[in-house]
Amino acid sequence: MSKAIEHVWTPLAATPLLWLAVTMAAYLTGRWVQRMCGGSAFASPVLIGIVLVAAVVLATGASYPTYLAGAQFINFLLGPATIALAIPLAKNLTYVRSNMHSIGVALLTGSVTSIVSGVAIVWLFGGSRTIALSMAPKAATTPIAMAVSQEIGGVPALTAALAILGGIVAAIAGQQMLLAFRIKDWRAHGLAAGVSGSGLAAAQVASRDELGAAFAALGIGLNGFLTALLTPLLTVLWN
Amino acid sequence: MLTAVLCLIACQLIGELVREAFHLPIPGPVIGMFLLAAALALRGGRADGAIPPFLEKVAETLIGHMGLLFIPAGVGVIAEAGLLRQQWLPIVAALLGSTFLSLAVTGLAMHWLTRSSGRQERGDLSLAKHPRGRS
Repeated sequence: MSKAIEHVWTPLAATPLLWLAVTMAAYLTGRWVQRMCGGSAFASPVLIGIVLVAAVVLATGASYPTYLAGAQFINFLLGPATIALAIPLAKNLTYVRSNMHSIGVALLTGSVTSIVSGVAIVWLFGGSRTIALSMAPKAATTPIAMAVSQEIGGVPALTAALAILGGIVAAIAGQQMLLAFRIKDWRAHGLAAGVSGSGLAAAQVASRDELGAAFAALGIGLNGFLTALLTPLLTVLWN
Repeated sequence: MLTAVLCLIACQLIGELVREAFHLPIPGPVIGMFLLAAALALRGGRADGAIPPFLEKVAETLIGHMGLLFIPAGVGVIAEAGLLRQQWLPIVAALLGSTFLSLAVTGLAMHWLTRSSGRQERGDLSLAKHPRGRS
């Protein structure tokens, strides 16, 4: 029996088909679970999808590079999807223009808070310096976070993992948390998601509201830029 | 649809070229996003219909399913499981603490600073339109 499975599995595992199907099925299962949970943000389809795919990858003994080679097409679409955020941004440019001052201040305070608190909490809980430095740029969009991590002496791969986990936290908790502060404005929800959880949290807001998507897109772009500038400066001060 | 896809990919390509040419620390897609937004703004100013409907449709589809696109990168966390397990306490504490703090600070700052701008109704209405907690 297991010989038969192996016979079918081995050629399948080499084509992108298998991992594309697994990834999409896992995501759709995640969406289904979220619907079953009455749309709760805690049942994040992304988180459920990642856990399911990781379980399949680990159970079949495939390596992560093998999986990624198969799911490359889905991963590739992240680029065009990021570009697509330009459309809500352009459509809401009037709101962006009239809020430039607020965006600048909120962005700067949020960005500094993220970098400083990340390093400080790791240090408080006795984490190593390497972990603290890998934590510092984690709110920036993954490619920027990894480059900054490399520059200041962190572990880029760990920073990538932290950026994604942080994004999931922000996507799950963001909306409920801001509503608890009685913030109901999509501009604040969008910007906070983009600044503290980059693409993952932005995806959560962007799929629901266009004005939120515009401010999330700004948050990702500007916070990436700011993190690349501020993190090396702030970590030099820490030395 | 193909025109829209070509448009998005061309912007990403231009973004990558700009990044290479000026040695910018920003990823190509983020540069491309700002370039496309600028181009769309120049094209139509603030007028309605400045954005071609075919482009808008493809963009909506991509943004609506952006979560799916993060799964392959997210599965990469298993490759870092060793380090994450070793120092899980500082990592979990800092991830939660720092993300919550930056969410709250950014959200509250934006909320306070825009409260007087008189455009809040637009934001409020659109949030109320969706049932709470749905995605």
